[in-house]
Amino acid sequence: MSDNANNTTTHAALSKKFNADEPRVDWHDETLWFVRSKRDKAANALPEWEELRETASQIKNNVLSNMSGYLQQFEEKARQNGMVIHWAPDAKAHNEIVLSILKRHGVDRMVKSKSMLTEECHLNQYLQQNGVEVIDTDLGERIVQMRQEPPSHIVLPAIHLKKQDVSDTFHEHLHTEKGNNDPQFLTNAARLHLREKFLTRKAALTGVNFAIAETGEFVVCTNEGNADMGAHLADVHIACMGFEKIIPQRKHLGVFLRLLARSATGQPVTTYSSHFKKPRQGQEVHIVIVDNGRSTQLGRKDFRNSLKCIRCAACFNTCPVYRRSGGHSYHTAIAGPIGSILAPNLDIKQYADLPFASTLCGSCSNVCPVKIDIHDQLYKWRQVIGKQGYAGKAKAISMQGMAFTLAHPSMYKVAGKAGRWFLRNTPFLLNNKLNPWYHQREMPASPKESFADWYKKNRQPNNE
Amino acid sequence: MRVGLFIPCYVDQFYPQVAIATLQLLEKLGCQVLYPLNQTCCGQPMANSGFEHLTHGCNALFVKNFSGFDYIVSPSGSCVLHIKDHLHDKDEPAAKNIRDSIYELSEFLVDVLKVEQLDASFPHKVGVHQSCHGQRGLKISQMSELVAAPFSKPGKLLGMVSGLELIELDRRDECCGFGGTFCVAEEAVSAKMGKDRVKDHVQHGAEFITGADMSCLMHLEGILKRQNSKVRVKHIAEILNGE
Repeated sequence: MSDNANNTTTHAALSKKFNADEPRVDWHDETLWFVRSKRDKAANALPEWEELRETASQIKNNVLSNMSGYLQQFEEKARQNGMVIHWAPDAKAHNEIVLSILKRHGVDRMVKSKSMLTEECHLNQYLQQNGVEVIDTDLGERIVQMRQEPPSHIVLPAIHLKKQDVSDTFHEHLHTEKGNNDPQFLTNAARLHLREKFLTRKAALTGVNFAIAETGEFVVCTNEGNADMGAHLADVHIACMGFEKIIPQRKHLGVFLRLLARSATGQPVTTYSSHFKKPRQGQEVHIVIVDNGRSTQLGRKDFRNSLKCIRCAACFNTCPVYRRSGGHSYHTAIAGPIGSILAPNLDIKQYADLPFASTLCGSCSNVCPVKIDIHDQLYKWRQVIGKQGYAGKAKAISMQGMAFTLAHPSMYKVAGKAGRWFLRNTPFLLNNKLNPWYHQREMPASPKESFADWYKKNRQPNNE
Repeated sequence: MRVGLFIPCYVDQFYPQVAIATLQLLEKLGCQVLYPLNQTCCGQPMANSGFEHLTHGCNALFVKNFSGFDYIVSPSGSCVLHIKDHLHDKDEPAAKNIRDSIYELSEFLVDVLKVEQLDASFPHKVGVHQSCHGQRGLKISQMSELVAAPFSKPGKLLGMVSGLELIELDRRDECCGFGGTFCVAEEAVSAKMGKDRVKDHVQHGAEFITGADMSCLMHLEGILKRQNSKVRVKHIAEILNGE
């Protein structure tokens, strides 16, 4: 993005900053590659893996084509089960609904398990501004919350941090022993800290992994059991979901639960896959169903199937760019390849750089358990961005010049010859800091003769 | 068999020896090869930058240059994939004909010419760089993400070269980070990806890195040269055409 070269908030600028510490980049890359390798091992243990992916993809395609019907069915069943359904057209409405529920119960302190939707809606900030303290109970999320950072990964929110970073954070906020980097010690400190929160909070918010139209129940998947701990101890349970979380029938969970954890971490299944169907005696359960741009995305033929996503983050872990740029470089709640095709739907101008934060290598589409054509959508977003004028003026002008040259063979020959001549005779013009290629790479050697010149001499001597 | 030779613009300008090797190899294998002199580029640099809508002129020229051949062959998986996926023209039947008859060199040798032996020798340790567009786009070799039987068309051909020893890699099909304009727009990540790819090959004793896409090899060569490495890059056509 040439116009944005000096803009410090683009993926290119933020990832350059991330790359200033190369050993740390190596560590980040290797840590996530390890997760990808575990995913490969788990996938290869199931001979029917590709069939499972295809089945999941078809179920989700069916959902996208019958969205309103399944949502109405879910609403009706959930209400019959005694749960309260709220509809939120956008992030603002979502946040207001959550606050109004808390206010009605006089609650000013709440525990929250992992929910990327609430990150997307910036719920924590909103509630804090309105006098409600939120404690994130997922260990990784609690760590980044203490550091006032957003999660850098949707499944492993603190994956950008090392043991000693966590130790320093806990020392500062929980007064643990300075320099004690022992993971067991640190986890125990977090457990004691969170246990007190669980026991004293009257309200708990969770995300939703799957909402089942047939039964009106929803399923929350965690490895730490923190969603269960929060929901079972609280008088009010608020579950927030983007409307695409719907699946038609309970039996379809057999497909998705097998794919989710294997794709995410290489585990056969999440430690807790908890079904919530009706409130226990004296408890209230609220489900907030959120649109926030999803209807628009559903209406975009080229991009609708991004809504099939089950948030496993396999595309993050496999992405060679993500592994070497870190989640914060994507400057949006959902980073990585999937975030790069979701974010432009929300704000094409602000996120115009993200579809370009990829080499289009295609690895993301291959690991996706619901077969989203992620890399093709990255390409298609680039076309939308280019056409609508968000790719930058300098780039647009150079592309017009290139288009003209490449459509006119005589211009191309002159340009090619001139390019090679400059490269041979004036390398100082190219081998300098202004040429981003040269910063860490040598320029190719420049031959005197192009192939076309050689061909004319050696295969069509009469043409000379 | 009349074969139209499509040489990507940067190969024409910077790596003529790769184009010569491709031409000679196809001729040795009995093809009647013609190189349309007015060819320029597949249009991918513009399209991948979000300006596919400016490629009409480039596309029309491509259709004009490459209509009427039995096959079109090119030593670049990436450019071939771009034509296959995105070549459209006012003369759509002609464009479709081209999309259906264009082949990357190694898949043409394996699938169309059904080459079973080659008169080539290359007594060196060689690492194969799987360029993504050839591999995941054209599927010239199996992808590590899928649960599926392994195969490799470039690997099969390199196996016919006497003395050549293929090395194993830790990450057999990770992207090198070239990515077209990505290599300058996202210079930091691009160069880091390239350095990591090079390291994998070097650590496993490669003397040469080969592949079916010169663009990736140009990027890796730039890094190797900066490191003053003795390891060199060589396009697969040069090895298969080897003396």
